[in-house]
Amino acid sequence: MAEKLVLEVVTPQKAIVSEEAQMVVAPGSEGEFGVLKEHTTFLTSLKVGTLRYKDKSGQERYLFVNGGFAEVLPDKVTILAESAERRKDIDLERAEQAKARAEKRLADKASEVDMVRAEAALKRAIHRISLKRTT
Amino acid sequence: MATLKEVKSKIVSVKKTKQITSAMKMVATSRLRGSQMAMEAFMPYAAKFAEVLGSIAGNAGEEASPLLVPKEEVKKVALILCTSDRGLCGGFNVNLIDKADKFMASELEGKEVSLICFGKRGRDWAKKNPAPIEDEYIGVMGGNIEFSIASSSGQKMINSFLEGAVDEVYLIYSEFQNVARQVPTVKQILPIPSLDDVAGGQEEDTEKSSLPEHICEPSSDALLGEMLPKNIYIQIYDALLQTSTSEHAARMRAMENATKACEDMVGELQTIFNKTRQAAITADLMDIVGGAEALKG
Repeated sequence: MAEKLVLEVVTPQKAIVSEEAQMVVAPGSEGEFGVLKEHTTFLTSLKVGTLRYKDKSGQERYLFVNGGFAEVLPDKVTILAESAERRKDIDLERAEQAKARAEKRLADKASEVDMVRAEAALKRAIHRISLKRTT
Repeated sequence: MATLKEVKSKIVSVKKTKQITSAMKMVATSRLRGSQMAMEAFMPYAAKFAEVLGSIAGNAGEEASPLLVPKEEVKKVALILCTSDRGLCGGFNVNLIDKADKFMASELEGKEVSLICFGKRGRDWAKKNPAPIEDEYIGVMGGNIEFSIASSSGQKMINSFLEGAVDEVYLIYSEFQNVARQVPTVKQILPIPSLDDVAGGQEEDTEKSSLPEHICEPSSDALLGEMLPKNIYIQIYDALLQTSTSEHAARMRAMENATKACEDMVGELQTIFNKTRQAAITADLMDIVGGAEALKG
């Protein structure tokens, strides 16, 4: 019997979160999913989006995750993301700039590769901004 | 024999050089610490990734991803060469370039080689080389390396591999073993050597891999297909971090040796200085005594 559920969010730069959680809700590529302790082992890729979790005291916390993978074990959720940040660490100004840049690039209709990248950048920026704005 | 003044100015200049080399050593030391921290911070991600990959790679075959399939005939090879931007780090870059040179001469003989250079030193060498430079990344090494650089260059490699523009991709980097030891290493990254290798090593020391099979969403093959490219980015990023750390370590050593050499030189020059000074005094005395004798006479 797992006593508790531990959430770990790691990126190549650093480990963002490593703490006990009551519940975790993550943006899976096939749809959002929630995890409580004693969840069956489960592995999925993630979309760009918001990761929510309730920490030990029941406080809801939010993170932006830039895709990646999630591994769920009965006592542990590990999120492997290329980048992730807590809501309070999101740089709104930078995201707005990135959004403007991406929109401009899409409007200019550059090469196909650039379009794909611009679209991805736009998606990230929009998610970051909307997460930062909702309180 | 040199004049007193000459020796004196030589001593001053060597001392100044020593100041510079010892300052550079201190800079390298602090950068080395930063680099090592970045490596440590990357560790949990890489380890976890390998663990997860290992657990789904176990029951997948070659058909899971085109990245696993070797080309029937290997004609075109891409070489990713990681070096530093700056010099003054002893034989660090020479060793890496030497490794690349030998590798190209032996293993890749008769094949069409293109180079992707991280770091100015490797790029400068590659310019004088018959192999064309496909891509170059200057100003990346040594400082804070972003993961996006590894992923964008990795993405390019994967695309050219899938399009058939290259048949094999190798990575040449400096493996950081410890502060005193950095080893130039060649690693094949495409086609992915074998899934056992990818998962290997990891499986032995983690008992977790005996876990019941995961439920995978989407299918495990689809997940594997998504994870394998990421694994290549991770390898490139790891190589960049290690090369960068090695660079600082190598520079630290080189500067330490230079500082020591300066100290030795100052000692030697000081001896010469003292001897010259003594000789001058003796000569002066002889003159005075000689003069006195002549007056007496």
